[in-house]
Formats: sequence, C-alpha cells, structure tokens
Amino acid sequence: MTTALKDTAMKNDTLQDTRWQRLCNKADLVANSGVVAWWQDDQVALIYVPKGRSGKTELYAIDNHDPFSNANVLGRGIVGDKGGEVVIASPLYKQHFRLRDGICLEDETVQLRTWQVRLQGDEVQISG
Amino acid sequence: MTTLPTTKKQLIIIGNGMVGHHCIEQLIERGATEHYTIHIFGEERHRAYDRVHLSEYFSGRDAEALALGDHDLHRTHGIELHLGECVSKIDRDAGEIFTTDGRYHYDSLILATGSYPFVPPIPGAEEGQPNRLVYRTLDDLDQIRDAAKNAKRGVVIGGGLLGLEAANALKSLGIEAHVVEFAPRLMPVQLDEQGGAALREQIEALGVGVHTGCATEEIVAGDEYRYRMNFKGGEHLETDLIVFSAGIRPQDKLARECSLEIGERGGIIIDDTCRTSDPEIFAIGECALWNGQVFGLVAPGYTMARTVAGCLMGDCESFSGADMSTKLKLLGVDVGSIGDAHAKTEGAKSYRYIDEANSAYRRLVVSADGKHVIGAVLVGDNSYYDTLLQYAQNGIKLPADPASLILPQSEGTPTLGADALPETAMICSCHNVTKGAVCKAVDAGCSDLASLKAETKASTGCGGCAALLKSVFDHELESRGIEVDKSLCEHFSHTRQELYSLVRVEGIETFDALMEKHGNGGLGCDICKPAVASILASSWNKPITDPSNVPLQDTNDTFMANMQKNGTYSVVPRIPGGEITPDKLIAIGAVAKKYDLYTKITGGQRIDLFGAQLHDLPDIWQELIEAGFETGHAYGKSTRTVKSCVGSTWCRYGVQDSVAMALRIEDRYKGLRSPHKLKFAVSGCTRECAEAQSKDVGVIATDKGWNLYISGNGGMRPRHAELFATDLDDETLIKYIDRFLMFYIRTADKLTRTSVWRESLDGGLDYLKEVIIEDSLGIGAELEAQMQHVVDHYECEWANALKDPEKLKRFRTFVNDQRPDPAITFVDERGQKRPMRAEELSNKIIAKEIS
Repeated sequence: MTTALKDTAMKNDTLQDTRWQRLCNKADLVANSGVVAWWQDDQVALIYVPKGRSGKTELYAIDNHDPFSNANVLGRGIVGDKGGEVVIASPLYKQHFRLRDGICLEDETVQLRTWQVRLQGDEVQISG
Repeated sequence: MTTLPTTKKQLIIIGNGMVGHHCIEQLIERGATEHYTIHIFGEERHRAYDRVHLSEYFSGRDAEALALGDHDLHRTHGIELHLGECVSKIDRDAGEIFTTDGRYHYDSLILATGSYPFVPPIPGAEEGQPNRLVYRTLDDLDQIRDAAKNAKRGVVIGGGLLGLEAANALKSLGIEAHVVEFAPRLMPVQLDEQGGAALREQIEALGVGVHTGCATEEIVAGDEYRYRMNFKGGEHLETDLIVFSAGIRPQDKLARECSLEIGERGGIIIDDTCRTSDPEIFAIGECALWNGQVFGLVAPGYTMARTVAGCLMGDCESFSGADMSTKLKLLGVDVGSIGDAHAKTEGAKSYRYIDEANSAYRRLVVSADGKHVIGAVLVGDNSYYDTLLQYAQNGIKLPADPASLILPQSEGTPTLGADALPETAMICSCHNVTKGAVCKAVDAGCSDLASLKAETKASTGCGGCAALLKSVFDHELESRGIEVDKSLCEHFSHTRQELYSLVRVEGIETFDALMEKHGNGGLGCDICKPAVASILASSWNKPITDPSNVPLQDTNDTFMANMQKNGTYSVVPRIPGGEITPDKLIAIGAVAKKYDLYTKITGGQRIDLFGAQLHDLPDIWQELIEAGFETGHAYGKSTRTVKSCVGSTWCRYGVQDSVAMALRIEDRYKGLRSPHKLKFAVSGCTRECAEAQSKDVGVIATDKGWNLYISGNGGMRPRHAELFATDLDDETLIKYIDRFLMFYIRTADKLTRTSVWRESLDGGLDYLKEVIIEDSLGIGAELEAQMQHVVDHYECEWANALKDPEKLKRFRTFVNDQRPDPAITFVDERGQKRPMRAEELSNKIIAKEIS
C-alpha cells in the first residue's frame, strides 16, 4: 500500500527506482471494490479505496486465489472494514481477509500473498 | 461446619485435570488463598486442559488451545503448580505426601486423581504391548498419532461415549475407523435399542465400521494388517492399531495404599460433603464414589469441586448427586439422553418418533400419571434437548399433546419460552448457573452476552446451553426495558427496518450519504453494504450497476449472474410464467452451444446456463437481449419467477387463465428488490399444479376469481402458505399483492423470507389482514404508490449495462491481459461440460509433472 506522491517528486524516483513496474492504469480500478491483474503468472487482486478512514487514498494488492474455495475469486468480493482494518470478504464462503497483510480473520493461520503497489499519476505500479 | 483457619494452613490438591482445576478456580473465587497456602500436583506435563473436546486435538486444536484458564492463573494467586510431579504416597499419620521431588505437609488434602481407562484382559493386549493404546490424555493421543502413521485401519474397542470420540479421532487422522462393542448396541448406557440402531446407521453412513455384540477373545498378528482380532463366535477383524475405550476405573491407588475406605468395585468412598473416611481428606471427580456411584461426566465433578471449596471456606453446600443427562455431538451426530432414558420407573410410558429415512429417533418418557417428563432419548437432532431437559428438571407440566415435544417442529409446536422457566431452572449444568443467577447478573449490570458469561461462567463449559442462555438473557433484558442490541453490524447501530425508514423519510439515495449521517463513518462491510443496496433499490430502483451502487453488491449482483464453486457464473434469462416460444428456445440453445455452457432446467420453469467466464458475460447477454430476453434476476434478493400451470386455455380442468395472470404478475414485480428472494406461482384450478401453496405469493384460480395465499416456503424449512383472501378480481388481487410485498419490504429484517417474517409478526395473520385488506394503518395507498414507483422505474439491468462501456470494464477477468483464468478447467459428462473436481485436478497436475 502506498499513497500517491506528488508527480514532480516521482519523476526523479522512477529514473533510479527500477523496482516499480507498470501493472495497469488507474482507470482500470473500481473505487471501493476490486479488480484483477495478471502479473508474472500470478493473479493479483487490486483493491482501491479512494478515501480510507484516515482520509488518504489506499491501494492494496492480494492474491486473487481463495484458499477456502480453491477458486480465483477474491477480487470479486465485498470490500469493507472490520474493527478498523480494511478487509475483503470472499464471494464464495465469506471469510474475511485483512488487506494489509492478507491474514484471514476467521483463521489466522491462513495468510494470502500480498504485493506492494502504488499509484503514480495514471499508472498503477507493482514492486517486483 | 468448618471454621476458617486463623493462621494460614496448607492445602494440597492431587490431580490437575478438569475437576482439580475447577476446584482451584472455585477456591480462588471464594478467597481461599488468604487462608490457605495451596499446592496442586499434576502427573502430566501439560497444564489443565479440556478433556471433553480431546478429539479436536487432531483437527487443529493444540495443547495450548485446549488448555483451561489463564496460563498465569496460579502465579497471580500465589498457588504452587507442580506439573509432571507424581505423588507416590500419602502418610496420613504425619499429614504428608511424598512425590518424585520431595515431601509436603498438608492440613487438608483433596484427591482429584480422576480415572484410568479400563483395558480388558485380552491375550495379546497385555501391559507393555505396543498395541495397547488408550484414549485419555494428550500423551495418549500423541501415541495414537504415532501408531497411525502408515496405518490404514484403526479399531476402537468400546462403543460408548468415549469410544465414539476416539473413533472420531481416528477418522480425523485419515484412517479407516471401526468400533467394536461388546453390548448389542452403541452407547448402551445412554440409548435404548432403537436409539442405538439409529446412531449406528448414521455412524455407518459416515464410513465408520460398527461391530456390536462382539467380544474380543485374542489379538494375534494379522495377514493383511498388523493385527487380527478374533471374536467369540469365530468372526475376526484385522487392523493396524487398537484403541481401548471400554470404560473407566476410578484412580484410587494412593487412597487404597493409605487405607482410606474404598468401594467394592473401586472408588474412594465420600459423604455428602465429599469427605473420605479421613475427615481431612476429600475426594472429587471420577475417583470418588458417592452413594455407590462413580460419575463419569465433568458436570458432577465440578459440583463436587464447588462443594469442597465451599466446605473449606466455611460455607458447605452438600453434594446430592447429579443429573446424568447429556447432550453430545459424536462424529457429527447429535445424541442426547435425559434422566430415565430406559423408562425403568414404574408405570412410565413412552412416546417414540422414528424417522427411518434420516435415521433419526426420539423417545419421550413420561411419568405414570402422564403429567411430567422423566426421560428422553434423542438421536439425530438435539434441538429438542433444551426444552425437554427443562421439562424434566423443573417438573413442568406436560402440554396437552406430549408427543408434540418430539414431533418435527412446525408452526404451533409448543416451545418453552424463557419466561416460562422458574428461577431455579438450570441453564448451565457445567457451572451450575440457574435462571435466577442470570437474572441477578442482569440486575447487577450485565448488558451483553460476553460480560454475562464472564460474570456467571454460564456456557463456558461444554457450551451446549449457548442458545438457551441467549434466549433467557434477551428475555430478561427486554423485560427490564433494556434495549437488546440489534445493530445491523459495527457500522450501523440500527436495524434494517430503521435504516429503511431513514432512507425513505430523509430521501437518502447513496450508501455514502447514509453512512455519513447515520453510520460510524467506516467503509461498510459485507453485512451492511448489500442490505443498504437492497433498501436503496426497493426505494428508488436506480440501476445496481451505477458507480455508487457497484461496490455495495454481492458478486452475483455486481456481475448480474450467479457465481458457482469454480468462480464461473450461471446465467438465467427471464422466461415469464415459464412460457417460451420455439424461436426463443432455439436462441437459448444457440447461445449455450456457442459459449459451451452446461444447461439445466430450473425448478422455477426457466433454463440455467452454467460455466460462463466473467469476460464472456457481456457477449452472452448481448445475444440474449437481441433474441428478446431480459435478465432473470436469479442472482438477486429479488423477484425470481412466477411459476404457472397451463390454465384454462388448454387444460380441461382449468377455470381461469393462469398463464396470463402469471405473466401480469411477473411483469409487474420483475426486478423488485426485497429483504430476500421472492417466489410466486399461479395455478389455474384447485388441483394446484403450479404448487402455489409453497410460494411467498401463491394464487389459485376459483370459478369466481382468485384465492391469494401468502408466506409459503419450500427449501430448507418448508412452510405451507396461508389463505389470505378469497375470490378476488384481478385488480384487487394485484392491489393486495402490492401492499403485502411493500409492507414486507418495509418491515422485514435483512435476509428474512416472507415465511419467517410472517411468523415473527406480532398479531400474526389477522393483523396482516387488517393492515393489507382493511388498511388499519392507513398506509395502503402509500404502499401501492411505492410499488408503482418501482414498477415505473424498471429497466433490464443487463440492457442498461450493455449501453455503457464504463460499466462493462468491470467484466474483465484481468484488467491488463486478454487471457481467461487458466485455472478454470472442465471435463465432459453426459454430453456436457462440468467443472473438474479437486481430485481430477490433482491427477491432472501429477500427470503433467510425470510427462
């Protein structure tokens, strides 16, 4: 998760920082909901919260694969918050996953993979 | 009565099982640590744990998760906990005990040594044999787990309560489990013959082998498996491991060796204050023998622990036996036994309910005068248990038809409300909490369930009383005028009905506006978002695909299709009244063929197309809409279908045109969103071929018009619809349905079908008739106008979405790649495709790796 930086500050960064790569466009995102991107043979669910509880823009990336149903569906769940934590609910069996670290609230031994993503202008970038 | 010691005395407890631990808790609660220096000795290395739920050790709960109480409980209260320290001798003359590590003086001594598993003397299973496994401690379970490695089959000797628990443990380890019982049926103590038979059927259906009436004569080496058990009578069974669970024996060795009085068949004899033959020594739990009885359940042990803690603190309440009624889930099967389950009381009469189809069995035993419940047996469904137990324990007079207490529950079944229970009614028998104690806690300020549990400990033992506790608690709160928390979720402290009113009265049109004004300012969640989406749709009927509505919907509403287990969708076009032209049939067939969809006729006279991937949905719908179809809303909590028979047009019995009426109804209410799904049907005559009496709204033709039925239900909890009005003309029929549906939408809780709503409606059917037919609230016109608003703003959601490229962007499997989800795989079956099953998938992966 990262908040958008000022464009000017960013230009210098991108020259040096090759860690960050373009994943898709900001326009591909759906506010307060998820979409899914293909990234190096993985399915990444991107969850975009334009105005989180802190008032800042939040962007999360978790594995689209739902370990309970074994189907690739998490990007299609309902986004919300539980006890102050931003979560997504599996559309199949309704478990909640904490977006910042991928931990399942109903079974904390289950943790989804997460990626670092950020918004840079019109781009969504992912850290390899 | 003991007087409290003025100088601190030394109290020693031998045994740190559930009962020993409970005794410590009771002593702490009574302030005993101010008067006694307390030592407790446990032979095991683990701190006290929940033996009742031992089999969960193999299904995810480790020793820590099974442990009882806080880990620093003893330290906090200055109690010396000696784990893994075995007591070898009691010297009563000196008032000392000897352990592996030393000797300790005692002024008072409590024996809570429990019991040990009885292993019958069978040749081949002598002490020290590797196959002599038992099921009592965590260490025993570790041994079973080791033995189960490389094992295919395991046998439990003993078909009682613990034996079945042990069989469950074997099953959890993934090996084939068998139970061998000497008696002619399972659980011979708690169940009668038919109950044992029903339990057997259910357990066998779970894949556990059951062998009753089998006496094992010897255990020898096996041919196919490690061991062979030879039974009396010539039969045999081979197995890789054997767990003995053929009963327990009181662990009374220390007591015997120091010459305390022991029962003929074992057990330390105690009196009503739990004192042994030595007044300074108490015995509690399974090692104690009271009135010739050893109690093998935890609840009586807890009662004894309380008795002793009271005695030591100068407040002795005598032990007067215990109720051996029990309610369990064995291998997932409900089993309950209350009081005189075998009807041994003179003159006792029984009522029996036998359901051979589901292997369920219930027996109610009543007193000779037919006035009271004295016992019961339940197999397959314990939902009857709480009520029966209350009848039995409190001597409540039986209803006029006692059999109704065990008959399948339907409307009119007498259930015992929380208000009917006397103050003395036992709510939690593990912790001896009565209704009076709950009331007292509520009076003292307990206003939520968690604090009530912390205060009274109710429902923190076996947990079997949770539902009863909640209903008593809610009742007590309500009767004191304290509001019961009915918040929708953490975001809204309102009920659905309240939110609905706020939305309508204040004209709120978005979730964000509602959250800002009436919520906690959060993002919402999967409870409140769909509930509010439904309220907004019922009120304003704006497209659910509008940007502010999209994030509120469940996936089915978002993508206007029904998600199936592999993440693909099914598509259901509306086929009003089940009437369809040949051209339209062909069009559906053509679409299904083109997109390779599995097709099936639904129960609502429509055609369901399965296996569509997300990105194909817009194309599929483009073609369906061009062929003249509309969305069927199979994905929504909304109007589903209006089923109809062919009616007077073709049928020689039909008295009205049921198809035309079905079309009119479906056209009017299509797209109506409601607290739950809505199903309709119209039958053209009294033969009722459309099954209208199982629908939320059912219409049946008469020779004078239409009869209206409401609040029927099929599915999990079938309910026969109720006749609401008779011989209506077309316009009145529609008027009543308008009012009925809008009144339901306005007042029902979220995800509540009309049947459940109707049953919980104060005033019942008569009240509903007053509101709808007589317009007693004066809201009839308003309800009709609301419905007309929804009808006027109907638009096919798929047609709306297809017009807007922005909305279609959502229908991409990957936003940055054209490929379909590579993990979705199908195989052919009966000429169509179906999702690959998990085992087929893993075979495929293995095959790929090999090649």
